[in-house]
Amino acid sequence: MAEHAGEAAHGHDGHHEMSFWSKYVFSTDHKIIGMQYMFTGMAMALIGGFMAYVFRMQLAFPGEAVPGFGGVSPADYNSLITNHGTIMIFWVAMPVLIAGFGNFLIPLMIGCDDMVFPKINRLSYQIFLLSAIVLIVSFFVQGGGFGGAWTAYPPLSAKAEYSLTPLGSTLWLVAVALEFVAFLLGGINFVTTTMNSRAPGMKMYDIPMVIWMIVVASILFMASVGPLIAGAVMLFMDQNVGTGFFDPGKGGDPILWQHLFWFFGHPEVYVVLLPAMGIVADIMTVFSRKKLFAYRTVLYTVFGTGVLSFTVWAHHQFIAGVDPRMAHIFTITTLLISVPIAEMCFVYIATLYGGSIQLSTPMLWALAFLAEFLIGGVTGIFLGASGADVYFHDTYFVLAHFHYTFFPIAIIGVFAGITYWFPKMFGRHLSEFWGKVHFWGTIVAFNCIFIPLFMLGAAGQHRRIYNYNHFPDLATPELQRLRVIATSALLVMLAFQAVFLINFFYSLFKGKKAEKNPYNANTLEWTAASPPPHGNWAELPRVYRGPYEYSHPDRDTDYWPQNEPN
Amino acid sequence: MVQAQSRGGSRGDPASLGGTSSTDLNVVYDSGGGPPAKRKTLLSNAVLGTMIFILTEIMLFGGLVSAFLIGKSMASFGWPPPGQPRLPIENTAFNTLALLLSGVALFVAHRRITDAPATAKSPLWAAILLGTFFTVSQGYEWVGLIAEGLTLTSSVHGAFFYLIVGAHALHVMVALGFLISCGLQVNQGAVELNRFHATEAFWYFVVGIWPVLYGLVYLS
Ligand SMILES: [Cu+2]
Repeated sequence: MAEHAGEAAHGHDGHHEMSFWSKYVFSTDHKIIGMQYMFTGMAMALIGGFMAYVFRMQLAFPGEAVPGFGGVSPADYNSLITNHGTIMIFWVAMPVLIAGFGNFLIPLMIGCDDMVFPKINRLSYQIFLLSAIVLIVSFFVQGGGFGGAWTAYPPLSAKAEYSLTPLGSTLWLVAVALEFVAFLLGGINFVTTTMNSRAPGMKMYDIPMVIWMIVVASILFMASVGPLIAGAVMLFMDQNVGTGFFDPGKGGDPILWQHLFWFFGHPEVYVVLLPAMGIVADIMTVFSRKKLFAYRTVLYTVFGTGVLSFTVWAHHQFIAGVDPRMAHIFTITTLLISVPIAEMCFVYIATLYGGSIQLSTPMLWALAFLAEFLIGGVTGIFLGASGADVYFHDTYFVLAHFHYTFFPIAIIGVFAGITYWFPKMFGRHLSEFWGKVHFWGTIVAFNCIFIPLFMLGAAGQHRRIYNYNHFPDLATPELQRLRVIATSALLVMLAFQAVFLINFFYSLFKGKKAEKNPYNANTLEWTAASPPPHGNWAELPRVYRGPYEYSHPDRDTDYWPQNEPN
Repeated sequence: MVQAQSRGGSRGDPASLGGTSSTDLNVVYDSGGGPPAKRKTLLSNAVLGTMIFILTEIMLFGGLVSAFLIGKSMASFGWPPPGQPRLPIENTAFNTLALLLSGVALFVAHRRITDAPATAKSPLWAAILLGTFFTVSQGYEWVGLIAEGLTLTSSVHGAFFYLIVGAHALHVMVALGFLISCGLQVNQGAVELNRFHATEAFWYFVVGIWPVLYGLVYLS
């Protein structure tokens, strides 16, 4: 015993006293890197949320000074909506869901001590941090931040005469490109680690669903981002070198950008959706004490969805002048892709059916994910059908639709994951009571923001308009009342996030100490100490069964950890 | 009694993860005692990581090529546009041959490197020299084309030419750097096989995609 304990300690390079810098800033430990991503993402979410507050105030009370910001000029407004979207997708949803949870969970759930390329992993975070800094700097350069929407369609994004943000546009593009490099490096690590470093005995079908989903999401990202990188280089050259790739005056084609962008942009939805669905799957099995219904079917469905997601992109371009025959094809593929996602929702409901459901905070978030995402999915059908989309395109109906998909993904899914794994991450429990207060405050307010926006969109309210008083048809008191309701609900929702932040930081230092396996869960991360030490386990675990053996009839206890021989 | 496993295994330790195993990815381990066997992997970490990177690279060039095809189909006055110089098809065909031969030479080195690393030296350096010849000769062509008036801003044709061929040239130069570092290792008699195999995969990608680009950009 003493002999191999010495061996284990010997194998730990740097297990001895480490300075604050080498432990928390320049660490190659997957858990620290995961938390760096997560905290950076949360900081960016505060910036993105503040931007939403400013432009929603402008829409509800046009022309009045916004407390904490001041008067909102049209250029400010454009820059705020553009960077709100950019930040929430590229600097919140992706870093937290894929890089944050991926880094923290993959080695812990497959039973190894770190990623296969720890230094590349550290480099990935450093590039990501640099990208965030470049983006923030772009708000303060001459002309202000980029204001051509997060989709950056040329000619607005390509020509300084149109965008009026000569430096802001370029910095925005550079920041996004750096962010892609960071996720490429991370994705290579995630897939290679999961394939090559699993604990002995862990077969393909023993991998927890959340890990599969993060791996598939990484592959989708890497397979879809190439054309956008190509497009970004071309846009950069149009901006700074004087080429005319997207300039019809020089023989180029502005629609080309839309194809390159959405070829990435639609799979990107699944890149962030899948990790959230994985988190929800793992939480639902634990808090209903049931096996995940149809594990293999879910897995094959995920692969199928991934392939299909590359064939739907032009549904974003139905009114961009694409051939109507092509629009038919993309309508069909778009409606088709709702089938596997609906199937997964049914599978989750089947997992819950007959279980002993425990409404803990993470479970509430998981259930809310399902309910809210369903609304997002169903409203997408109207937009995927090219005929209906001609009316709905670029209205608030579209905006409300994708917020009903992205909010469940990037906010509800993330809160589910953070509240569930918090004891493992920090060794302490969050407050359940304040967790539930935060949950109800957020969910009720969220619906009160976006249901009015669906109504505004159906009434014909166009997106990207700075002041509706300039449009007599849209400046009626009825419509303005809906705008005020949405903004007021946003204020309530933002206020409730203070509850979360206080709960989070208070529990970080003063919360109840967490034991190894507080939920009686099966997966391997719960066999490590809370929080796991550098290297995760003194002895790496061995795996004997799948991750979801809850309430097995032959067992006295209602769970059966993956690492127990029998 | 299960004993502690060596900690090097999952960190991409090159010596311990030679990728010669023909075992399935899902190895079933006996559930008895004894130290947990190291997972046998189909591909080493370095090679698998490189292959995933190559997937992204293929999609990057896929994006460039589709953009090129759309750009070309938009040209209303013929392709290349009137007044633009003709691309040096014959010279580039010769360069293409050199690049393909360097791929063959590297494959010969691959056949020899496991059993007798010293004999892999000459084919490996031949691959490096042929790759360098390709790069220098292509660069020389660019000088001529710029003198004839084909630039990034002269037309979409020129912009696409330099974008696609330049993106490929950048890849060739990075890959050559890795090949040279492998060549130096072979000279010193201490080649890291995983590094060599990963570099090899990347070089085959760089060589393999060039004829496609040549056919599209120069010939069509
Ligand atoms: Cu889409």
